Amino acid sequence: MTVTEPGATDVTPVELVTLTIDDVEVSVPKGTLVIRAAELIGTEIPRFCDHPLLEPVGACRQCLVEVPDAGNGRGMPKPQASCTLEVAPGMVVKTQVTSATADKAQRGNLEFLLANHPLDCPVCDKGGECPLQNQALSHGNGESRFIESKRLFAKPVNVSENVLLDRERCVLCQRCTRFSEEIAGDPFIALLERGAQQQIGIADGEPFHSYFSGNTIQICPVGALTSADYRFRSRPFDLVSVPSVAEHDACGAAIRVDHRRDKVMRRLAGDDPEVNEEWITDKDRFAFTWSTREDRLRTPLVRDPETGELQPMSWPGALAVAARGLAGTRAGVLTGGRLTLEDAYAYAKFARVALGTNDIDFRSRPVTDEETAFLTHYVAGTGRGVTYRDLDQAGTVVLVGLEPEDEAGTLFLRLRKAVKNGTRVIALASHLTRGLHKLDAELVTVAPGGEAEALAQLSLTGTDVVLAGERLGQVAGGLSAAADLARRSGARLAWVPRRAGDRGALDAGCLPTLFPGGRPVAEAEARADLAAAWGIDQLPDAKGRDTSGIVAALASGELTSAVVGGVELADLPDPAAARAALEAAGFVVSLEVRASDVSPYADVVLPVAPAVEKSGTFVTWEGRRRPFDTVLEVSGSLPDVRVLAGIAEELGAPLGIRTVAAARRELDELGAWDGARAPFEAQPAAVAAAPAGTVVLDTWKQLIDDGRLQDGADTYRLTARPARLKANAATLAAAGVEPGESARLSTERGAAEFIADVADLPDGVVWVPANSEGVNVRSVLAAGPGDPVTLQPVEWDVRTPESTISPSKRHTQREGAQREGGVTGDE
Amino acid sequence: MTDTLTPVLTDNWDEDRAWTLAAYERRGGYEALKQAVRIDPDDLIALVKDSGLRGRGGAGFPTGMKWSFIPQDNPQPKYLVVNADESEPGTCKDIPLMMASPHTLVEGVIIASRAIRAEKAFIYVRGEVLHVVRRLRAAVREAYDAGYLGEDILGSGTRLDIVVHAGAGAYICGEETALLDSLEGRRGQPRLRPPFPAVAGLYASPTVINNVESIASVPAIVRGGVEWFGSMGSEKSKGFTIYSLSGHVRRPGQYEAPLGITLRELLDLGGGMREGSELKFWTPGGSSTPILTAEHLDVPLDYEGVSAVGSMLGTKALQVFDQTTSVIRAVLRWTEFYKHESCGKCTPCREGTWWMVQILRRLDKGEGQPGDIELLQDLCSNILGRSFCALGDGATSPITSAIEYFREEFEAAMTTPSWELFPPAASTLFAKEGVAS
Repeated sequence: MTVTEPGATDVTPVELVTLTIDDVEVSVPKGTLVIRAAELIGTEIPRFCDHPLLEPVGACRQCLVEVPDAGNGRGMPKPQASCTLEVAPGMVVKTQVTSATADKAQRGNLEFLLANHPLDCPVCDKGGECPLQNQALSHGNGESRFIESKRLFAKPVNVSENVLLDRERCVLCQRCTRFSEEIAGDPFIALLERGAQQQIGIADGEPFHSYFSGNTIQICPVGALTSADYRFRSRPFDLVSVPSVAEHDACGAAIRVDHRRDKVMRRLAGDDPEVNEEWITDKDRFAFTWSTREDRLRTPLVRDPETGELQPMSWPGALAVAARGLAGTRAGVLTGGRLTLEDAYAYAKFARVALGTNDIDFRSRPVTDEETAFLTHYVAGTGRGVTYRDLDQAGTVVLVGLEPEDEAGTLFLRLRKAVKNGTRVIALASHLTRGLHKLDAELVTVAPGGEAEALAQLSLTGTDVVLAGERLGQVAGGLSAAADLARRSGARLAWVPRRAGDRGALDAGCLPTLFPGGRPVAEAEARADLAAAWGIDQLPDAKGRDTSGIVAALASGELTSAVVGGVELADLPDPAAARAALEAAGFVVSLEVRASDVSPYADVVLPVAPAVEKSGTFVTWEGRRRPFDTVLEVSGSLPDVRVLAGIAEELGAPLGIRTVAAARRELDELGAWDGARAPFEAQPAAVAAAPAGTVVLDTWKQLIDDGRLQDGADTYRLTARPARLKANAATLAAAGVEPGESARLSTERGAAEFIADVADLPDGVVWVPANSEGVNVRSVLAAGPGDPVTLQPVEWDVRTPESTISPSKRHTQREGAQREGGVTGDE
Repeated sequence: MTDTLTPVLTDNWDEDRAWTLAAYERRGGYEALKQAVRIDPDDLIALVKDSGLRGRGGAGFPTGMKWSFIPQDNPQPKYLVVNADESEPGTCKDIPLMMASPHTLVEGVIIASRAIRAEKAFIYVRGEVLHVVRRLRAAVREAYDAGYLGEDILGSGTRLDIVVHAGAGAYICGEETALLDSLEGRRGQPRLRPPFPAVAGLYASPTVINNVESIASVPAIVRGGVEWFGSMGSEKSKGFTIYSLSGHVRRPGQYEAPLGITLRELLDLGGGMREGSELKFWTPGGSSTPILTAEHLDVPLDYEGVSAVGSMLGTKALQVFDQTTSVIRAVLRWTEFYKHESCGKCTPCREGTWWMVQILRRLDKGEGQPGDIELLQDLCSNILGRSFCALGDGATSPITSAIEYFREEFEAAMTTPSWELFPPAASTLFAKEGVAS
């Protein structure tokens, strides 16, 4: 990866324009709008439609100012909207502070806005944080002269299941429609009717199903758009707001968590111009109730040897049982995507110091040796590489193994912004998705597995960027081809994982080939250096097992115990095999927030804190650290590092760190490895031909799906995109599947049914969402991108095997699966 | 007094089937085009500039200057858009023109397009006047068949296609940028300026938008020349124009006369006020122009003359009202129109017109409250010059001018309904006699 000095941004000289606002001379960059120039001298001109990240529209007319001199010696005859007026040299502006005309225009306009605005502030969600309320107080008249009856509308209107519209409160500023069109690219809401009947609305049967719809609620300057979940739940002034970082992807979006009486009431977008600007995905906003579901673990559980049931136990007792069970075993450590950098560090150190093994892997998904080597060589401990801001300056951005709208929503919005500024996007994918379409992407059609060959055909320049999604790691030669493309063209390469904890876990050393800070296990110097820092005699020097290796070794008995944290078995390459492996393992310790599909196999289940109840750091795909503090102080809710430290102490091999702060400090002191990096041997592309009678599967997780971190956000989930199978007409015809009808995808493990749609995929390739509407493709088919599957029409026969998960009855029936000779579905 | 009339645009309206190509050509139609195709486009622009032709849509911006703003080095295609969305209450000139002689407009479009080097022109017609749309389409078809449109017009190498587009019934689409949005298939609401249409108009390309009458005047200028055109009208408002006279007048209709004629002269031409009618108030250019009274009978109806008395020439739509008319009721009707037609984009126009209608309804019922007059004036001052486009400004004109000239009627409305002061039955609106057919 190309490493840039943090903070070394291109400084281009800015042309300044000097003007006078309210008798104060101010110099601002050319092109600045008067409304923002006024902010610089401390004058806030009231506004509703204006938003710094949206194109000016000048609709609400609230920000009128007087311009006695437009910079050409002539005054402007009418008051001007300062949100659409660019500064000019020598311009003279008088705001409400010094101009009676501007003041009257603003007061008059506010009176107009309030004429039809209901006075239901006491029950309005926005009351207390409402720009209309605030500006009516600061710039309005105390009393209205309007004595007639106000305009009435039926309310609320569900513009989606998630977003409710109160048309009476709406001031028609168009922020929501402009956001949807300009930023998200989802113009599903628009102005309807005209005059006083003008209103926001949707087309019949076309709800506001945008992954970014929640942002409209936040930027609404009145209480017109409300969230179905938050509506009428609390008052802004009762809430405690804490800045934090979203845990749903590797984008590190800044969020604000609002809580009241130890309960999170809502989440809002934070403001970070370097990362998410002021936008977040609906997942980041609405999916936060997962950690307070009924299956939340509150107390340690230990399996009763007699009944075989998990029984609550005290912390000291449970830690002692865990330590006893692990002592003297050959253990493997599997961690998942929810871990913070500090917690990941604790696992990495625990594996080496307490368990004496390098059998640790954070990748709870299919892995390859090529990916391990790539991450070891190119990514781990390299600090900040390509950044969001770099995308703006990039000539071309190549997307491979990455569907940004589904897998990295913040990145998607930043890419859209870059595209607006002239960046070109080339996508190597099986089809032009809605997200890619919104990026104006040029599609290089590749069947899954063919990415390496397609990358070899590309030529780029030094101003270009290659974003390699984590799915590329599963393609033989894929990451090698991406690295080669970067090397021969000078383009910069970034690895974009899906999960919030992935990059941090890599930097923390949760990989069989890596110690913390990118220190290669294979380097004697790195081992000696780290052993000294940790104050131990020696570190395990053998290359450890990766995720697949650990699962296989547990099954074969080479490993006899497992420590599992943050892993969903359904994400592993073969969930059934993973289950069997944990079943076979002599002793399993599970560290989890909620009961999971690991719990049934665990001998000790130790509850750990979700991100909201602890501090920590997520590392973005850029390598940017995103530290956050505890939002909710919940006694007894412990971070993984504290729990692991407890087990280690019982094992007689203390970690030396017990808190997040200590872990962070120690990690910082260690720093990044500056020695030789483990070599990377490029792997050749290898496309396996699909066996006759099968098609190649392409799949990824949609942003809104069945993921457990979205549990409880039910209205949000209703806005998910439908789970449809996509293939081209020829592929469907060859399989005898009618477009719009049900199609059956199967492997020897099981089958699932989807409604089939025609899309622009290459021949012999089908796409389905990986985990939507009750079908977890890995669990049901034990297949992933690039794997062969069988596509058939669904015969509407009562004898349809009951193992099949159909669109109408999305549930698993094990008997049928067994009749098919396989194990299917999770329980 | 017939000397005062200068029929040019209306000259052929009495021709049998005047709307057909044959009838148009019988009266010299397309002769101007035959000349124009041999004139250099820049010279055509200069010709129109020199003629002093000013936009007939209301604002009076010099037409030739508008054409010269088109950046000819811009690689985008250039467009001519004709604003035929005539919807202003009282205005009735473009629609009769297109109805009687659509070829006059078509010929003007072809010449104007050549001047600005547009190869595509659009006529955006008010959708409600279906018959006019049909006549225009038929005329365009005839022009194609005659070789006046399409490739290589009259062997000149010029090419032009005309699209006749029917609007969907919104007054706001007569605002030129809202018209462009509507023409592009979007919601018709005015656009932010800059960029101005001359730089980024239709499909973000350089665009000239002209009123029907402005474009229709071009062939006559080409034929008659600058001097002839300048021999009519006043110094700064040159040429002939169509005045549409309506209301309590004996012979309402379209009167084509030199700019600068007075209402007194026009009323004479129209046979005077109806029997028993006395002029009470009138609009010089449609409902968006402040009303005037009998004391303004001798104001020259050109751009300067009318603005000198605090109104605007506008579309030269002279609505004449007699003593039986309640000014409050008239103003209420107009304001209801603006409320109905406000596009909703900006606050002052959307909310202000809606509010003022309610106050005026109260006044009409004689239920005015102390302070209502001042409130109306203040609301108007909060709309005028504060709204996004001129629709809001226009909505205030009838109210402020009516209060200026007829304040006592507003005061009477505190106690007395308009129908008591001005019984509808007394209005000669319903008179059987005294109205010419």
